Amino acid sequence: MVLEDGRRAARRRKRAGRRSMVVGVIGEVFVTGGVVVLLFLGWQLWFNNLVLSNSQQVEAVELQQSWDKGEGVAAVPLERADPGEPLVTAVPANAVNFGTLIVPRFGADYARPIAEGIGLEDVLNKRGVGHYPGTQMPGEVGNFALAAHRTGWGSPFIDVNKLQLGDSIYIETEDGWYRYVFRSLEYVAPTGVGVLDPVPQESGVTPTDRIITLTSCNPLNSVSERIIAYGVYDTWYPRSEGAPVEIAGLAQVQAAG
Amino acid sequence: MYAALWRLLPGPLWVRIIIATVLLAGVLTGLVLWVFPWAEQFTAPAEVTVGQS
Repeated sequence: MVLEDGRRAARRRKRAGRRSMVVGVIGEVFVTGGVVVLLFLGWQLWFNNLVLSNSQQVEAVELQQSWDKGEGVAAVPLERADPGEPLVTAVPANAVNFGTLIVPRFGADYARPIAEGIGLEDVLNKRGVGHYPGTQMPGEVGNFALAAHRTGWGSPFIDVNKLQLGDSIYIETEDGWYRYVFRSLEYVAPTGVGVLDPVPQESGVTPTDRIITLTSCNPLNSVSERIIAYGVYDTWYPRSEGAPVEIAGLAQVQAAG
Repeated sequence: MYAALWRLLPGPLWVRIIIATVLLAGVLTGLVLWVFPWAEQFTAPAEVTVGQS
């Protein structure tokens, strides 16, 4: 009887030990899963964001260098003779880079490549800034509309809400630099395609102005609304003249690099 | 599970620590290089354009 009790107790101990081991392993698997999910979030919102932000910057500088033939070192002052009607770049094929976006308010060395198209996979999740097909090109009368991520994937437009009246928005293409001046912000529903009209929010009206429109998501880390930034064309700087003085530092870095 | 893995590692304590660190670094590298970019497609796409309903 005593022997039997001892054996039974040992068996019970063994079973309890095995059970606690199984529970322990399941617990460790769950904890590991949680840590991996947190790591993924950190990767997506911070690490991969930094990696893409850097690669977009490098891609923009490489684009600018490929266009530069030494003109970038000249700094063109704000007051100067009228450069005349701006040249308009031909519409490129989908996912082809045709320009760079330079916004001093977004950082002294801020430059991002602009590709044709707004596909997430081929443009926005890698390249950074995409041009809405069917909207006008830089310098053209009408609406030059761009889209980019606000948070993650390099977050090209993270500071779009910090633009202030009169801030410069430059578009550099092979032909030169187009200067737009920031005018206003607007918040619309994700379906608000009126912002892409040649005269924004005025469907069917013939445009006379040259507008730039930046679209991104709002609020931060959400997709429930869209934030829209409008700018108005001011002037352009043909490549043969040199870069505008405001971004000449950036241009000189590129020329040197 | 981790206790069993730790017991499997050979050598004295400092060798085990080095091996464990290398293994952990390998797992993290694999996650960043392959698993996370692959897993991204299953997260909700962040739409930044107007037009989608």
